[in-house]
Amino acid sequence: MINHEYVHGRQPTFRLSRLGGMTATATSAFAGIGRSDAALRTFLHGLPGVDQVGAEQRAAMLGTRSIKTTAKAWAIDLAIRMVDLTTLEGADTPGKVRALCAKARRPDPADPSAPAVAAVCVYPSMVPVAAEELAGSGVHLASVATAFPSGQAPLDVKIADTRAAVAAGADEIDMVISRGAFLAGRYAEVYDEIVAVKEACGDAHLKVILETGELATYDNVRRASWLAMLAGGDFIKTSTGKVPVAATLPVTLVMLEAVRDFRAATGRQVGVKPAGGIRTTKDAIKYLVVVNETAGEDWLDPDWFRFGASTLLNDLLMQRTKLKTGHYSGPDYFTVD
Amino acid sequence: MSDRLAVRKTYKLYVGGKFPRSESGRSYLVQDSNVALASRKDVRDAVVAARAAVKGWSGATAYNRGQILYRVAEMLEGRRDQFVGLGETPADVDAAIDRWVWYAGWSDKIAQVYGNANPVAGPYFNISAPEPTGVVGIVAPPDSPLLGLVSVVAPAIVTGNTVVVLASEGQPLPAVTLAEVLATSDLPGGVVNILTGRVAETGPWLAAHMDVNAIDLTGVPDAELARSLEEAAAGNLKRVVRPPATPIDWHADPGLGRLTAFLETKTVWHPKGV
Repeated sequence: MINHEYVHGRQPTFRLSRLGGMTATATSAFAGIGRSDAALRTFLHGLPGVDQVGAEQRAAMLGTRSIKTTAKAWAIDLAIRMVDLTTLEGADTPGKVRALCAKARRPDPADPSAPAVAAVCVYPSMVPVAAEELAGSGVHLASVATAFPSGQAPLDVKIADTRAAVAAGADEIDMVISRGAFLAGRYAEVYDEIVAVKEACGDAHLKVILETGELATYDNVRRASWLAMLAGGDFIKTSTGKVPVAATLPVTLVMLEAVRDFRAATGRQVGVKPAGGIRTTKDAIKYLVVVNETAGEDWLDPDWFRFGASTLLNDLLMQRTKLKTGHYSGPDYFTVD
Repeated sequence: MSDRLAVRKTYKLYVGGKFPRSESGRSYLVQDSNVALASRKDVRDAVVAARAAVKGWSGATAYNRGQILYRVAEMLEGRRDQFVGLGETPADVDAAIDRWVWYAGWSDKIAQVYGNANPVAGPYFNISAPEPTGVVGIVAPPDSPLLGLVSVVAPAIVTGNTVVVLASEGQPLPAVTLAEVLATSDLPGGVVNILTGRVAETGPWLAAHMDVNAIDLTGVPDAELARSLEEAAAGNLKRVVRPPATPIDWHADPGLGRLTAFLETKTVWHPKGV
């Protein structure tokens, strides 16, 4: 059987009738969904399956688009504005975080026209340092929380972790879901956890890390995406960057479909953040193409799409310099971190 | 029995230890063979590969680098007939092999000849040692596709530099065949990268590349092009080897000029005890 889902140029939004008779006024229909494992399982397992071959083929096909000259310059600047400049190492020091913040505010000191990045992403213990450095700059401050990267800690520890990060000045929280619970089918547990963390976030934006490299199938990615959105996540994020398989183009495609369909169903827009393994400008532009072709232009904005990356920024800056000066630049002319 | 249909060979680039076609998909015809026609993006990829190889190659012991260069000479010896078949004279091939051996021997001697213990007015050991420059761009001599090529590549890499070579435009086949020799000689990928094609097209990108530390213009007979390449090289103060005023006799004693052209001198002050 041909799966028509991926055959057309732009994939049609799947009709909500396939989601068990829900209509466009579906917000209320989702209201009680987190009450039980059974209700969540019925819903999540009722989502249409992902055509793996189709998704991979479509992602590969979109990756071949040629983006050149002025379009490329535009894409590079947009990608820079979408970067969550990240350092999540045991060896992070206040000095390193300060340096990273300086780079986030002005990525290319030699060229004031280079835009600032979207956010700096650090561990909770580094939030006070970063908050001081970023004050008044317009650069957001994200903190990972909830026993990042494994998520294997009791709920009250995760809540305390989140509250501490927000209190210290983080305005975005990157939480990890309990993959163990999700894979064991304890969906309500994962749901409740996200709801609880969202509540602990207060005004801070919540990004929910699905750790797609550990979810094994695209079906699970789609289910986890919906679960995170239903529970109130403002962003869904692919990976922690701490497992071998991080963000891939097909996984991001599946997640973008999920946010598109979620908005169609509920009217609420959710952002997407691929993280880990995106190192080159070419990769970043492929992602932007997939965003545009899957979720649409509304998501081509730092408020709705981010790159979790560290080395990517330097490559973007090198490409930017190349476009401006007409000759190739080198890593010697940009900061190491 | 019917005549066997020979497998025809496409001569490809040599970048990062692999043999890719040109990113542009272009090729040109030389001696009835298709040869990849490199583009500026191939230059870029080659420089990235060369830069990535600097750490390992310059960090290898001089003895180890020497052994690998000897190995290149051994492999070259085994392919002698192939080079002769490409139109090289046996004398040129022999000289090219001998040149590898000659430069290989210099790997662990250059620091002794060009390094020094300096007398200083203080309680210090003061030691100067030559170190590789980094990534060297080389325009290979157009008229001597094997011996000339070996004579410009071997001295650059023996001291620990990595190179991006623009091979002889009109006679690129020996360069690509040499790449096959290098690929089977334990030479780490990326230490030598060979691009075939138009020097006038790719040369300016190599000369202006900010991640290239030196450029050897020996193979640029066109004075006007050489001048513009040298100007482009000034952007990041590359070391420049100018084209020779008179044609070089590649069979003559090469001297040490090409070895030392791509070296930096590091001087260390070390306190003496007591």
